[in-house]
Amino acid sequence: MNNESVMKISNLKKYFPIKVGFIKSLASKEIPAVRAVDDISFDIRKEEIFGLVGESGCGKTTTGRLTIRLLEPTEGSVFFEGKDLAVVPNDVMRKLRQKLQIVFQDPYESLNPRMSVFDIISEPLHIQNITASEEQTRDRVHKVMEEMGLVPPEEFLYRFPHEISGGQRQRVAIARAFVLGPEFIVADEPVSMLDASIRTQVLKLIKKLVKQFHVSFLYITHDIATSRHMCNRLAVMYLGKIVEMGPTESVIKNPFHHYTDALIAAVPVPDPTARRIEVVIKGEVPSAFNPPPGCRFHTRCPRAQDICKKEEPELIDLEKERYVACHFPLGK
Amino acid sequence: MELLKLQNLKMYYGTLRGDVRAVDDISFTMEKKDTVGLAGESGCGKTSAMLAILRLQPPNAKVSGEILFQGKNLLKMSDSEFRKNIRWKKISTIFQGAMNALHPTLRVGDQITEAILAHESRSKQEATEIAGKLFDLVGIGSERLDRYSHELSGGMKQRTMIAMSLACNPELIIADEPTTALDVIIEAQVLKVMKELQEKLGLSMIVISHDLSMIAETCNKAAIMYAGKIVEFGGIVKVFTEPLHPYTQKLIAAFPSILGSMRELASISGFPPDLLSPPPACRFHPRCPYAMNICRKEEPRYIEADQNRYVACHLVSR
Repeated sequence: MNNESVMKISNLKKYFPIKVGFIKSLASKEIPAVRAVDDISFDIRKEEIFGLVGESGCGKTTTGRLTIRLLEPTEGSVFFEGKDLAVVPNDVMRKLRQKLQIVFQDPYESLNPRMSVFDIISEPLHIQNITASEEQTRDRVHKVMEEMGLVPPEEFLYRFPHEISGGQRQRVAIARAFVLGPEFIVADEPVSMLDASIRTQVLKLIKKLVKQFHVSFLYITHDIATSRHMCNRLAVMYLGKIVEMGPTESVIKNPFHHYTDALIAAVPVPDPTARRIEVVIKGEVPSAFNPPPGCRFHTRCPRAQDICKKEEPELIDLEKERYVACHFPLGK
Repeated sequence: MELLKLQNLKMYYGTLRGDVRAVDDISFTMEKKDTVGLAGESGCGKTSAMLAILRLQPPNAKVSGEILFQGKNLLKMSDSEFRKNIRWKKISTIFQGAMNALHPTLRVGDQITEAILAHESRSKQEATEIAGKLFDLVGIGSERLDRYSHELSGGMKQRTMIAMSLACNPELIIADEPTTALDVIIEAQVLKVMKELQEKLGLSMIVISHDLSMIAETCNKAAIMYAGKIVEFGGIVKVFTEPLHPYTQKLIAAFPSILGSMRELASISGFPPDLLSPPPACRFHPRCPYAMNICRKEEPRYIEADQNRYVACHLVSR
């Protein structure tokens, strides 16, 4: 991995407006909205697996979709190859999609049940008009299936998704993403639906692909233990904000934000002799419709002071590569 | 004291294509105050085993063997007796997926009192009092008894399910994936409630999960299931630190940990078998790195390898 960034996201916001009645809309000046992603900035480097972790509803999936413009951002920019994906016209975007791909969470739902494996993997080639002949298409599909460990390809080509196992389905989904030779892939919880014995195979495949094809991944997950094995850097999200970011091992071993600390303490450990660290934070994540003022975590933070309720902490560079948004970072 | 003893329990689902052998000859014993973790991957038969114990299996299921609960064979009991004296009264359950397990148009309090009124001769008011106490016990607070399930958060719904399982002071609670749909912090809170209750009330539990980390944290015994069979059973520390069966070894090594130094995650080649036609002899042999000739020919017996330590593997029984 080098430090050259492939994608640069700055001040990205996505508000989902909520429908209100006509009378109510006259009464309030602002359109009420769920602030799913609220002003986040980060960059993803070449050959990097960048992890985005957080609880459900923190905005990690929305962020993933924004980076490849499956959603239009409300504000902010996503720079890829010198172009701002937030504003590029649709025809340019369509060409760029060859390089920007996604693997979804549930391989039972992300594959069309009425298409064969061959149809699924070759569809992007047809849409982008890449191959000149049927033969070329076939070659390309064969090749990518071999890379994904779907061997021999002949055995899978004409099967339907319900005829193959969960792990193989996810390989088909990854093959579909890789058939166009992408540079940046969003992997949204790619293994959370898979059994433990299969999960590692898919994780190892992703790591192999990064090395072999020099691609970058945005790896979205709620599972920090897995992200530790996968990601070079990690960003922790809470209620639409990045609260902490840095090299994975450093963040996990030495978290600065109280939320990260609690999140790590809460992860169960596959060792009955390990002693459980007490999880100090109480309650559940507040609504993103009306997030708490100041630091969004102050309602649950064990060390919240007055300033936390009033002033929003900025994401600052605390140490080498270690960013945190907290007025009173741990150990500082 | 022996609380529950499963002996050669089988549950086959009859289908047009033949019998699906979801639970195929499993045996284990649990004492009072034990928490047994039933771990395995999806489709290994762990939920089917629970359904058989609670007699909630679908009509096409064929159950055989023995389920001895406090010395009595539950399979010999009549339906009405089972419903009256066992289900929920003595053995209750926490269902999978708390998000959808509650009735959407009934107040959560009423859903708990319903269970109490069905099994015990109490007045509505007494039942409500008990429900209130249970809500306090699991940390929701009795003031929320008149809420509907959509007004509760995910963690609270799961706690409601726990309160409901405690309604009639059962001897045994079977929890099926009690924290699977929850976020880690909420999961930690719910696990804490479960552990406190175990200590306070001396509960006996069977915890069913695919998540070995969760089992490691809550249980004192573990049963590892693969393709309808228990491949290993024993004390939790022994099973996790000195696993005997290659499947257990691999499965444990496949779980990432947030603690300690990074280790390579293990993977198991292939995928779990179809229970309509499981592999002959040892069911794990097509995926086992140590498979020998005998593994393809003869089914390993489920033997006591050590005190209270059971395993079904030719490597051990040799």
